[in-house]
Amino acid sequence: MRARLDQVIALLKGDQGADRIVPPSGFTVRLTLFTSAAMAFLTIFALALSLAAGRLGTSWGDELARASTIRISAPPEQMQEQVASVLRLLEQTPGVETARALSADEQRELLEPWFGPALPVEQLPVPQLIDVSETSDGYDADSLRLRLQAEAPGAVLDEHTRWRRPLVAAASRLRLLGWVSILLIGAATGAMVTLAAHAALAANAQVIAVLRLVGATDGYIAQAFVRRFTLRTLSGALAGTLAGMAALLLMPSAGDVEGLLTGLRFEGWQWLLPLVVPPLAALVAYIATSAAARRVLGGLA
Amino acid sequence: MIELDNVAYSYSGDALLTDISLQLAPGTFHFLTGPSGAGKTTFLKLCYGALKPTGGSVHIFGDDVTEMDRDAVAYMRRRVGVVHQDCQFLDHLSVAENVALPLSVSGQATPDQAENLNELMGWVGLQGKFDSLPPELSGGERQRAALARALILSPDVILADEPTGNVDWEMSQRLLRLLIELNRMGKTVMIATHDLGLIRAAKAHVQARVLRITNRTLQTAGADL
Repeated sequence: MRARLDQVIALLKGDQGADRIVPPSGFTVRLTLFTSAAMAFLTIFALALSLAAGRLGTSWGDELARASTIRISAPPEQMQEQVASVLRLLEQTPGVETARALSADEQRELLEPWFGPALPVEQLPVPQLIDVSETSDGYDADSLRLRLQAEAPGAVLDEHTRWRRPLVAAASRLRLLGWVSILLIGAATGAMVTLAAHAALAANAQVIAVLRLVGATDGYIAQAFVRRFTLRTLSGALAGTLAGMAALLLMPSAGDVEGLLTGLRFEGWQWLLPLVVPPLAALVAYIATSAAARRVLGGLA
Repeated sequence: MIELDNVAYSYSGDALLTDISLQLAPGTFHFLTGPSGAGKTTFLKLCYGALKPTGGSVHIFGDDVTEMDRDAVAYMRRRVGVVHQDCQFLDHLSVAENVALPLSVSGQATPDQAENLNELMGWVGLQGKFDSLPPELSGGERQRAALARALILSPDVILADEPTGNVDWEMSQRLLRLLIELNRMGKTVMIATHDLGLIRAAKAHVQARVLRITNRTLQTAGADL
């Protein structure tokens, strides 16, 4: 008898009672858990995509700002002269920050992967490279080409990173899409929780009627539902987040090669960002369930 | 306690009750009788704010029902014990937890209430049913559990709708004695019933007024019952 009384006392006290007034319902619990886990998983990927796109856009953008090359192929006796005139020309070109002829050592280093370290660059008709770094405004490539043609016929402007320019724009668009996806996932989570809460409130109409009869306020009744859905969403989202992070950790790494596919991961402090997802999902669930409960209970007699 | 002044109630335009005036004074004992479908349940619902009158005014503990918000209704319910004809419980909680539910929802659950609960369960003859689930109870046991639930907050007013509908004569006498005892403790009691035997049995012990709903309105029945 004593133990039984203690049991009742435990129920009477605190939140436990408020939580227990809503009957457990296995099926919808699992659905809510599953959906919030799936949503969190997708959020992690959208987040990783956004961050990777942002990273790629930045690093490509940095390279764009400084990298183009002028290659001068000329007979050895004219080489010095053409190099000098190209450098002079570049100095006067608006939009060019610095221009510098690569030294023989640097050229050898560039060719090393193909010809080995012992290549006598000086004795070969290797074209001379000039590294051009542009200002943020950039230069007018077409007019530079025309002038190069006039001054140094053997010079070819190689804008080897210019092709990336549309890609940088695409990367920034991709980042935007990633964030939009996260917002949509958040909204979908809210909609899902609202539907689930409505279903739960409708299914528990008798429970609510009994509670109202014995003097429970709407706030007390709502709290039981809100707590339940918030905790479910929180634990589901936590599982989904951890699964998403694990999946990203297991992505094969491509070393230093920078690409969107291989860059789909978090770096450094960014690994903390996904941990914000479960509390945010719980917050969304809290707001959605509170609103649903207020609406449903307010409409009752 | 509860005052009805020229109250009318109609369901979708059809008047069920009209021109009802009544004052339930503290410590009174009322029976409410009348043919089935006359509006006894509707009348009780008007008395505890489950329905709002479509005409006239209802004051419960001095407050106009039409002006109460949902929270005010909830607080008022804690002072009015209601026993429904078809008692409903939270079927996933034990009988004891159901009886203690008003304590839980009003934040009054304290350890010393456990003794209270124990005593109350004994009073209504449900000592052995502490851990049973409501669906396991018989009709009479459900009525007694509902009565215990209505009493646990020690309300000022007890409204019971056919509380003896599902119990045998002996149990109905026991429930009646219980209600009479509560009335002696100063509670206002109103019992809707069409069991005239019950009313006669009560009259021997308590000064009860009998109200009858006929022709959509409330009349004080004669003393001939």
